[in-house]
Amino acid sequence: MNIKRFNWQIWAGFVLTIVAGFSFPFFFVNFPLTRDFPWANLLLFAAAAALLFFGLKRAFAATKSEDGGPKRSTLSKIVASGLTILSVLIIGLFMFSFFVMARWLPPSTGAPSVGQKAPEFTLSDSTGKTVSLSELISSPIPAQANTSAPKGLLLIFYRGHW
Amino acid sequence: MCHSELRSIQKNLNQFHAVGIRPVAISVDTPETNRQMLSQAGYTFTFLSDPNVETIRSYDLVHAGQGEGGHDIARPAEFLLDSQGVVRWVNLTENYWVRARPEQILEAGALLK
Repeated sequence: MNIKRFNWQIWAGFVLTIVAGFSFPFFFVNFPLTRDFPWANLLLFAAAAALLFFGLKRAFAATKSEDGGPKRSTLSKIVASGLTILSVLIIGLFMFSFFVMARWLPPSTGAPSVGQKAPEFTLSDSTGKTVSLSELISSPIPAQANTSAPKGLLLIFYRGHW
Repeated sequence: MCHSELRSIQKNLNQFHAVGIRPVAISVDTPETNRQMLSQAGYTFTFLSDPNVETIRSYDLVHAGQGEGGHDIARPAEFLLDSQGVVRWVNLTENYWVRARPEQILEAGALLK
């Protein structure tokens, strides 16, 4: 393959778009700073968009390109357009899932609010032993050296495996 | 998939204990699933199972049909209760990806006596 003819910008832009999209669930989600707002992914998407733009420009250049290559074939124009459309779809899907779908949460207007007593419960822990909310509040934290009851309880509800 | 919140609690567990806060995680997962997850991820705080979504429902946190096979699950939420079981701080995120950070919770822990 003639490296001068190869429209590397369009391919790099496409690959970077995929990397930018997948790096959120597989990497950036692990750090609160890049999880709460996906600025790292948005920067990567911006870089990918720039590459795609230059790749498209190159593919559709009317005259001989400045890199000395010949005028591009119809096929290279189709490939460049196709990869750009795919990339735009991926970016759109990411934006939609982060900024729209992730907000589809129940309003939970009936959740206990500040000043209210939290509803009592009795549930099984990971050893199968049943524990109640009042037991968790009144018994000392096992890992702690001091034997006094905790000052507070942090309840973390999460979705679980799915 | 998204366990970054639970991991951050584990990472700061000593600090939580030092200020007298006991973290307790609740989901629809069975004790069996939790046991596996605990040994894999190395979590050492309490994980409770609510497979019938009863407690999750009584806290109005049901996210209907969002689990595997269309099961009801909990939406993410955090509550800080005092020693009387009264809510002192609550975080109901509006975006699935945005969760309470340990430093936020520790700050709220100053409200406890």
